[in-house]
Amino acid sequence: MKELRDPKALRRLLADIGELARKTGGGRAPRLMEVCGTHTMALFKSGLTPLLAEAGVEMVSGPGCPVCITPNAIHEAAIAIVTGTEGATLAAFGDMTRVPTRQGSLQTAIPARGSRLKIVYSPEEALDEARRDPARPVVFYGAGFETTIPAIAFTVRQAAAEGLRNFSVLPALWLVPPALRAILEAGDVAVDGFVYPGHVSAVIGVEPYEFVAREHRVPGAIAGFEPGDILLAVRSILEQAVEGMPRVALEYSRAIGRDGNPVARALMDEVFEPYDACWRGLGKIPASGLRFRKEFAGFDAAVRFGLGEITDRDLPGCRCGDVLRGVIRPEGCRLFGKTCLPGSPLGPCMVSYEGACLIHHKYGRASGGRA
Amino acid sequence: MTRISLELGSGGRLMRDFIAGRIVPSFRDPLLGDLGDAAHLPGGIAFTTDSYVVDPLFFPGGDIGRLAVNGTVNDLVVSGAEPRFLSLAFILEEGLEAAVLDRVIASIRSAAKTAGVRIVTGDTKVVRRGQGDKVYINTAGVGRSIGRPRPGKIRRGDKVILTGTLGDHSLAVMLARGDFGLKSNVRSDCAPLLFLLPLWKQGALWMRDVTRGGLATVLVELAERLPYPVLIEEDRIPLSRPVRAASELLGIDPLYMACEGKAVVIAPAAKAGEFLRRLRAHPLGRKAALIGEVQDKVGRPGELLLRTTAGGLRLLEPLTSELLPRIC
Amino acid sequence: MCLAVPAKITRVDESGQGTADYMGSEVKVNLSLVPQAGRGDWVIIHAGFAISVMDAKEAGETLRLFKELAAAQDEGA
Repeated sequence: MKELRDPKALRRLLADIGELARKTGGGRAPRLMEVCGTHTMALFKSGLTPLLAEAGVEMVSGPGCPVCITPNAIHEAAIAIVTGTEGATLAAFGDMTRVPTRQGSLQTAIPARGSRLKIVYSPEEALDEARRDPARPVVFYGAGFETTIPAIAFTVRQAAAEGLRNFSVLPALWLVPPALRAILEAGDVAVDGFVYPGHVSAVIGVEPYEFVAREHRVPGAIAGFEPGDILLAVRSILEQAVEGMPRVALEYSRAIGRDGNPVARALMDEVFEPYDACWRGLGKIPASGLRFRKEFAGFDAAVRFGLGEITDRDLPGCRCGDVLRGVIRPEGCRLFGKTCLPGSPLGPCMVSYEGACLIHHKYGRASGGRA
Repeated sequence: MTRISLELGSGGRLMRDFIAGRIVPSFRDPLLGDLGDAAHLPGGIAFTTDSYVVDPLFFPGGDIGRLAVNGTVNDLVVSGAEPRFLSLAFILEEGLEAAVLDRVIASIRSAAKTAGVRIVTGDTKVVRRGQGDKVYINTAGVGRSIGRPRPGKIRRGDKVILTGTLGDHSLAVMLARGDFGLKSNVRSDCAPLLFLLPLWKQGALWMRDVTRGGLATVLVELAERLPYPVLIEEDRIPLSRPVRAASELLGIDPLYMACEGKAVVIAPAAKAGEFLRRLRAHPLGRKAALIGEVQDKVGRPGELLLRTTAGGLRLLEPLTSELLPRIC
Repeated sequence: MCLAVPAKITRVDESGQGTADYMGSEVKVNLSLVPQAGRGDWVIIHAGFAISVMDAKEAGETLRLFKELAAAQDEGA
């Protein structure tokens, strides 16, 4: 899909965006929140953020980053499993293994005798590990949003079907629409539009975001992940703002249907149920997380390894929560750029590749986007 | 830091800072302080060493033995020396199958022949089972100085040439080690860079082989020493199809992926075209490309910038820790 | 949390597993979430699972749109 990276097409879209941004009025540049960490990454890798700023649009990173919003306590629980259990495998996505906690990170933790950390691309690899040696405990650190949760649900159901008693999942499962609701209801963030996560939407469809337009009158567009996709979404959002007709535009129709994926949703629902989860930096949000249903609780690593109730315990001085809600910019945190640095991160926003602070740290040093 | 972590060995900033901050100061030697790939000693001799700890031992396109020869050969080449002699030291784990060792040795012999170097001294140690990962190899290399990197002579307008595709070695090892459900025909690019040697006499200003940490790490280290920013163009960087595919699927940035047979060459502006022609004439340099230049229109001194395919700019930083597949 | 790529299914097993071609590389893909997909279909793959089936018509429209945008930029310049 190289057409979606064609600089000429992108320049055309940026010109349209510039014109629309001028028309939105309001005395300041429109501020759009890209919810999903992958969008933050895509903007960063393509160098689009400064170009959007030149066109008069400010992008703000939202909380759609499992690395950023998973409470420290769950990371520490994962570390406790691999350092405290002999002969076990902790399987995890690469993203999750670098988060610094009081016990270091999963990468720096020294496993107990015979134990190891295995980086996986798919939860199925964790299931394969469990099949390989049924006597060996395999814990999958299952972190993600609706894009990933169906896959995790599948592995649990499959493990149940095969009687893989050595397999368990440490859950860190988060839902996007409740987080959006919490951000809007908290009211201290001025967000003029949302770029919705395209692949979360592949599962949940369009409807779950509609309350944003209906109840809060904020425009939004569901976007794919090529530079062209993101700019199309931004243009659509500004058009909605200028027309005064906020809605949820679907700008990724080649990949997703309006109804999302009912099979995936049913599977999520079979294995997990919603609960009021505690998000790092955002606190407790109603019905925003998923936990194991009773029938599958045997596969919950938190239960199996006797991990206590998860509360949020942050490193002192860390303001990642405020950054995640868009309340302050990274520069607003006293630790940013001083004691909290890419090489020595204190909080998840500096650790995650898509963390706002890590990205700001690079942009802050760059001389700006004169292409 | 009280304990050594695995991250330290990943070849990025952590490792460099560790060496510069913890090891080098103890020796206070100007030859060491340079931290070049090899040291030029009095008498026209260049000297280098490297250790090899790859897992798995064998992978498509190479093995630990071949790496052990070419890695050290290449350190000499990019430092301005014609490789001549290698030492070869083994640390073997108790229980290693002799047939495996035979394969490694055969590979070393073959690689040494191709690279035109003689193995003239060595050592072998055996450690208890569990205290070594099958085979560790150290090679030290000695060569004849024929040129010198001269980063101080780099000027505005001088060009950045990359001798071929990025990341093939890294991906070959990654897939051989952890099956991410991905099969590709990628092969390690492990090879000697001898064909770069004539460029020294032709006026090459600086070279470095693109190993752990990848292109971005290598170029940042150069950029930091220059009075002008370095700008490279994303759409000029050669990538093989398997690497392109895997990088998009697994979320790994090719700019940080290791190679074992590719180098960056800084050519004086007037010579760049000719360097490119020479490189492309060689089978190992067919995909050589002019990927950027030292300039002052964009960026600030000390910076390495990437102009993205989309037309934006990105500041590149060195790799700080292990490259891992992502879901985000 | 959304890293995913479009790939073309090359093989489907009864068990819900399959393989897909992504830029010439062969990717193992779990097709349980898209039971309606078959050989030759394009799917979005995330963490080894196909989460959505692509719409070829819409893909074509998108490509056309971008070619037009590029052409418009040429003319405007």
